[in-house]
Amino acid sequence: MAASKSENSPFFKSILKDYQLIILALPAIVYLFIFNYVPMYGMQIAFKEFNPGLGIQGSPWTGFDNFTRFFSSYQFDRVLTNTVTLSLMQLILGFPAPIILALLLNQIPSMKYKKIVQTVTYAPHFISIVVLVGMLNLFLSPNSGMFNNFLTAIGKEPVFFLGEARHFRMIYVLSGIWQSAGWSSIIYLASLGSIDPALYEAGKIDGCSRFGLIRHVDIPSIIPTTVILLLLNAGRLMNVGFQKAYLMQNPLNLKEAEIISTYVYKIGLIDAQFSYSTAIGLFNSIVNMVLLVIVNYLSKRLSETSLW
Amino acid sequence: MSKENTNIKDSKPDVIFNTVNYTILSILLLVILYPLYFIIISSFSDPNAVSLGNVWFYPVGFNLDGYIRIFEDENIWRGYFNTVCYTAAGTTINVAITMMIAYSLARKTFKLRGAIMIYLLITMYFNGGMIPTYLTVKSTGLENTWWVMVVVGAVNIFNVIIARTFIENNIPEELYEAANIDGCSHFNFFSRIVLPLSKASMAVLILYYGVEHWNDYMKALIYIRDNELYPLQIILRAILIENQMQDSVITDVESQLERSRIAELIKYGVVVVASAPMLILYPFLQKYFAKGVMVGSIKG
Repeated sequence: MAASKSENSPFFKSILKDYQLIILALPAIVYLFIFNYVPMYGMQIAFKEFNPGLGIQGSPWTGFDNFTRFFSSYQFDRVLTNTVTLSLMQLILGFPAPIILALLLNQIPSMKYKKIVQTVTYAPHFISIVVLVGMLNLFLSPNSGMFNNFLTAIGKEPVFFLGEARHFRMIYVLSGIWQSAGWSSIIYLASLGSIDPALYEAGKIDGCSRFGLIRHVDIPSIIPTTVILLLLNAGRLMNVGFQKAYLMQNPLNLKEAEIISTYVYKIGLIDAQFSYSTAIGLFNSIVNMVLLVIVNYLSKRLSETSLW
Repeated sequence: MSKENTNIKDSKPDVIFNTVNYTILSILLLVILYPLYFIIISSFSDPNAVSLGNVWFYPVGFNLDGYIRIFEDENIWRGYFNTVCYTAAGTTINVAITMMIAYSLARKTFKLRGAIMIYLLITMYFNGGMIPTYLTVKSTGLENTWWVMVVVGAVNIFNVIIARTFIENNIPEELYEAANIDGCSHFNFFSRIVLPLSKASMAVLILYYGVEHWNDYMKALIYIRDNELYPLQIILRAILIENQMQDSVITDVESQLERSRIAELIKYGVVVVASAPMLILYPFLQKYFAKGVMVGSIKG
């Protein structure tokens, strides 16, 4: 009837054009709806006593019971302290590493050497976390590992690095730097690469040494990138990697190695306390959000750089 | 030395700076390369020499025993095969879905563009958390199936932004307008023009998603119960971290000490076998990394 007529109208044509674009976008939209938005709805079980038979909708509300239970549990202090300490250590030691690497690399006159260093420092990024932790186990093994072989060779007592809780954080943070400093330096190198060469020329004419160029040209120019990344990191402060911590855990180092995410996994999926575990996870996300907002506000006031 | 030959002379502080800089970076190279090198030489050495600390610079008592045992092990083979399948199928789906939505978001005339972008960005900052996600996957019936390894994690917003920016910058809007006048639909333009012109960005996507699949163990840890479906990383965890090789596989060796040493040898070998594909692949795509990371950081 009217179909043949409306097919020729410009309005219908523009819908037809958009309709193809909608189809192209649809798989991703549907996917995110199922695997991201539906779980967000499911998060309500943090305030319920989830019963698989009754489903998410039918389970009875319990208010903040799961949260108060976590706050008053003996695990709360320990898990929270471990998470925050590990995360802060990672931030303080790990965050500057790629920046320093990028600044040094940027001053290397030989392009060939620069490229070699880049290729090599990217390599650990492509090693899986399981392999990384496996390598730590091999190298730090008390009776056959290369570190202890070295210690005995120079006449020192071997140390059971992975069996002592007090070494856990250092090993975690240092191996993390080993794995990701190179990869994380890419972004700083890219923003150093976009500096106007005229600035270097001007610096040289004014008698700047290479060190002076780093201080007066390089560092000021990467500050915006640094602030943004620092903000993003602050917003993830409580999200220290589940995978690595979980793999590095053993009964001997659990005292310092148990962090919120590993605790959520154990309580939730191993003990099947779904509601309780979801509540802990939600608490974690809320702390992250609050941190992000605070740090973003401070940064806006102090440096006029912000995420939003 | 040959100072007369160079046009720009380095001042004295610069000479010191350069020397220090080269030294620091060379030490760094050593710190990163040596552990990897040590793994390789140890995997070819006599296990006794390794555990006694006689292996430092080159293989001692060259032998392939570890590799032979690795290649004879059914679990490792199956895990390897599974991981290759998951990576191939998963990456194909990832790249297809990502390129499709990236293209529609790159079209400035698309009216829903802004709304869809917000819909994507929300998922970058909020997620349901481990348990609600698990319950959702369970309710879809994907738990403990081949598909869960391929489908979960199919869209990475960061990668969508990289691909969208690439298309925006490299395929001008006018090209589509011209094609459209000649009667070319979005489907045709996408498959005949955009995909062939986006090889560089697809290479980066393949690497990013591929590495994610290859190295993923968390998904399998949460969703897979069936031995037959285990990916390589779960097998690696059993061998490297839970020491399961020792008693189950090395049955032909009597002494406990000997067994544990062979198990160590297998560990070195398995690290090499599992990590080699990605370590060989990435240098070929290295020139694209900076572009990808930079683009994502600006627009994200």
